[in-house]
Amino acid sequence: MQLTQRSKQVDRKPMTWLESLYLWNIAKGMAITMSHFFKRKPTIQYPEQTRTFSKVFRGLHVLNRDAEGRENCTACGLCAVACPAEAITMEAAERQPGEENLYREEKYAAKYEINMLRCIFCGLCEEACPKDAIYLSQTFAPANYGRKGFIYKKTDLLIPHPLKDPEAYQKALGEKEARN
Amino acid sequence: MADEIKQEAPKNFKVTIDNITIEVTPGTSILNAARQIGGDVTPPAMCYYSSLKGSGGKCRSCLVEVSAGSAADPRPMPKLVASCRTNVMDGMVIKNMTSDRVKDARAGVVEFLLLNHPLDCPVCDQAGECHLQDLGYEHGKEGTRYEFKRRTFEKEDIGPYIQLHMNRCILCYRCTFVADQITNQRVHGVLDRGDHSEISTYISKAIDNDFSGNMIDVCPVGALTDKTFRFKNRVWFTKPVDAHRDCDKCCGKVTLWNRGDDVLRVTSRKNEWGEVQQFDGKPGWICNECRFDKKHINDWTIEGPTQISRHSVISQGHYLGLQKPKETVAEVMGGRSPKLLMDIHDISDVNTVDLSALPGPATGANFEKKEQQ
Repeated sequence: MQLTQRSKQVDRKPMTWLESLYLWNIAKGMAITMSHFFKRKPTIQYPEQTRTFSKVFRGLHVLNRDAEGRENCTACGLCAVACPAEAITMEAAERQPGEENLYREEKYAAKYEINMLRCIFCGLCEEACPKDAIYLSQTFAPANYGRKGFIYKKTDLLIPHPLKDPEAYQKALGEKEARN
Repeated sequence: MADEIKQEAPKNFKVTIDNITIEVTPGTSILNAARQIGGDVTPPAMCYYSSLKGSGGKCRSCLVEVSAGSAADPRPMPKLVASCRTNVMDGMVIKNMTSDRVKDARAGVVEFLLLNHPLDCPVCDQAGECHLQDLGYEHGKEGTRYEFKRRTFEKEDIGPYIQLHMNRCILCYRCTFVADQITNQRVHGVLDRGDHSEISTYISKAIDNDFSGNMIDVCPVGALTDKTFRFKNRVWFTKPVDAHRDCDKCCGKVTLWNRGDDVLRVTSRKNEWGEVQQFDGKPGWICNECRFDKKHINDWTIEGPTQISRHSVISQGHYLGLQKPKETVAEVMGGRSPKLLMDIHDISDVNTVDLSALPGPATGANFEKKEQQ
């Protein structure tokens, strides 16, 4: 019974002597192999070469600063409550007089930690953030020998200062525009 | 007419709210009648507070439509009425959720309340239990159309326990009623008129009454917040438990807001309308000693977790009926505990500072000190 239109009748005739030498089939197979020598290589030499990510790629988290270099994060806890992996923890502190150039709002995150072992890079923290303080950049979390190295603290996450180190800031910002 | 007046008033008034009929005693306000039915039928109340005499009639968020005034005079009332200040009549028919006029008017009221209210919920400690936040989201007014400069005030210190954010105030007057009716003397009030009016203590006199902390509980927004809880945690990450202690000043029945075993905040117990619960017919106000000074778990007798509506963000912690799983590894391994590849508590910087021991908000210095140790 024919199940599909594409089914072929299998030829079950015994091979002739010439066919049993496989000469023609070997030549055919080699031709396919050789043709790939002249085609574009689909692989790249990572890590010397890297691919460009799509604009919506979700990689390592960055804690953003505004144009004056003040931290955007107010430790509102919405990223932590949105996080399905419960990877984010934080502790807030009150901004003191004289710290206005460091933090944008009267409350700021004194401690901010992301457990990259738990993080699933879903980007819900970025979506939940009302202050554009956290976003997922276009780099990945580098490999590490110990588990300890995957607990990212505020110093690891904070974007470079836009006025003191504009080059590193632009690099960390990636393709995303500053929205504040 | 004279005969009619002589007739005895019917024992109970029959009123219909959103097609639900209920019998209430004469003299009940529409809002309280609706609260007896409960659920979505109840209009929101930002300024009315059942335990405070004279409150209500200021915020206009409880507006309802009266489609039939009474059985004797079934004409509809021409304008929407404030349900907290309007008493029911026999045969009154009221529309709350079923009236488009009410919904429209209420959305407008919310927008007016939010005109000068800063949208700083990420910073505000009231977020998550804020009635104005709920009201705004219920009416789809979480954004703002207001393009002008908001009314701002100079920051004012009104004592070591209470933080006043005048910018957030919606002038509901609840806190002044608390000071008038519960504490011995009122040292704060509403100054100036109209757009300039503000809650203030005259000549910045500190509020040191024993029951002044209840102003925090009655404030529907984040204008009056607990300084001992300020910025310590978000409300929805804390675990509310009912507790009590023997207090000679107040009823001693409170809700503790815990993080682990740390008592971060103490408030009076709230009922489903966000108002302080009644105990033996009296509102369960708590004194400042219970609220601000007893921040240790051993000061209290724990009764059990507080029932929180599952629609509230506070219930996201799923602390109700929580049972710790039995540790079986040690049993199987003959008493040896499992070897951890990484103990998060050794590495994490969070939870190193005992926030409940701090008298006020944590500052950068608190955390730096810890790091140096």
